[in-house]
Amino acid sequence: MIALLKRDLALAIRAGGGFGLSLAFFLIFTTLVPFGVGPATGILGTISPGILWLGALLACLLSLDRIFQLDWEDGTLDLVATSPVPMEGLAAMKALTHWITTGLPLVALAPALGLLLNLPAPAYPWLVASLAVGTPALSAIGTFGAALTVGIKRGGLLLSLLVLPLYVPTLIFGALAVSRGAEGLDATTPLALLAGITLGTLAILPFAAAAALRVNLR
Amino acid sequence: MSSLWEYANPRKFMATSAWMLPWVTAITAICLVVGLVWGFFFTPDDFRQGSTVKIIYVHVPSAIMAVNAWLMMLVASLIWVIRRHHVSALAAKAAAPVGMIFTVIALFTGAVWGQPMWGTWWEWDPRLTSFLILFLFYLGYMALWEAVENPDSAADLTSVLCLVGSVFAIISRYALLFWNQGLHQGATLSMDAEENIADVFWYPLVITLAGFGFLFLTLVLYRTRTEIRARRLKALIAQERMAT
Repeated sequence: MIALLKRDLALAIRAGGGFGLSLAFFLIFTTLVPFGVGPATGILGTISPGILWLGALLACLLSLDRIFQLDWEDGTLDLVATSPVPMEGLAAMKALTHWITTGLPLVALAPALGLLLNLPAPAYPWLVASLAVGTPALSAIGTFGAALTVGIKRGGLLLSLLVLPLYVPTLIFGALAVSRGAEGLDATTPLALLAGITLGTLAILPFAAAAALRVNLR
Repeated sequence: MSSLWEYANPRKFMATSAWMLPWVTAITAICLVVGLVWGFFFTPDDFRQGSTVKIIYVHVPSAIMAVNAWLMMLVASLIWVIRRHHVSALAAKAAAPVGMIFTVIALFTGAVWGQPMWGTWWEWDPRLTSFLILFLFYLGYMALWEAVENPDSAADLTSVLCLVGSVFAIISRYALLFWNQGLHQGATLSMDAEENIADVFWYPLVITLAGFGFLFLTLVLYRTRTEIRARRLKALIAQERMAT
């Protein structure tokens, strides 16, 4: 399983494209927001928590269909399925790879983009914390969606349709934590609920993803 | 004593549903006509809401059935996953569009009622928003059915999606409560509430509720029969192709 993780990480970094793409998307998305809503700092400051979380979510979504697609096309997925590594482990490792290559950079980049969007100062720790806690859930849910649609040609659009409703609770608690932080309030409650969602998805969704993969590989 | 599981046999299901359908259809028609006519024409206007209150005879039953349809799909999916009964999977597939239409009706009538009452067509209120998300769940579920070619794989994948979706639908419901307190009134039909809906509105509403329930049953039976026949047709065509 560790070897799988290493292989996927090396592929993600060396093969190019996928790794920086979601970061670039996040940057472009946040740059476009002021053009859309106008550069008034008051408005930007109040909507920036939601915008940042939304941007991170869409950036995650963008890279989801790559999780299994390449391995599916060149047959690696069948090989791994016949190896002693359990399917659940494969799904968990894929989610972890996705998080390391997209979620973690997003967490690192978010404060800089918060600056661009005039995020109020007390919100920064909450922004980093909520993204660090919440993005693993995005990766786990996304891996499940990718496992469902892996055999389907042009599954990208379908994937987003399936995954977006599942993202709703994560988005709500993530954005709520940041916006409460921006108002100078204590945001521990939404953060704890967000952590609960993340732990729940990590516990359940690898199994669901593995079930979907088995069906698709049949 | 025959077991419930023998209805998993498509032939048995077809026979029983053919026998049931006229009766169920008749009950649906009677309940809907009696309930709606009574509700629309023979109940007084509400002293605050005027005649617009009558939209509850469509709004409340469709909203309840929209949620129950998903629940039925959940049960059918579980039966498919655990015991692999094809009729069950097809019934879940057949129920999805019906549930989606109920969701749309609930959203639409809610908007029509909300405009004069709240002064807005749409409000980002927990109940309204959770119905919009339910609508998205239905769309995703149906799209997945259409996208997968092998019917057994499609049944498996949609079942997994339905199970996971149910969990997330429940989480979304409670997540939304944190996010925003809403305009939508609380439950007025619960057994233990202090302030409930008045009896004049209550009786026709119960009849329409039953009518919508039977309407769902009728439509699902019809659609499941169609699905089974479509499946048989496909098998026949495949046979012919093999023969030639």
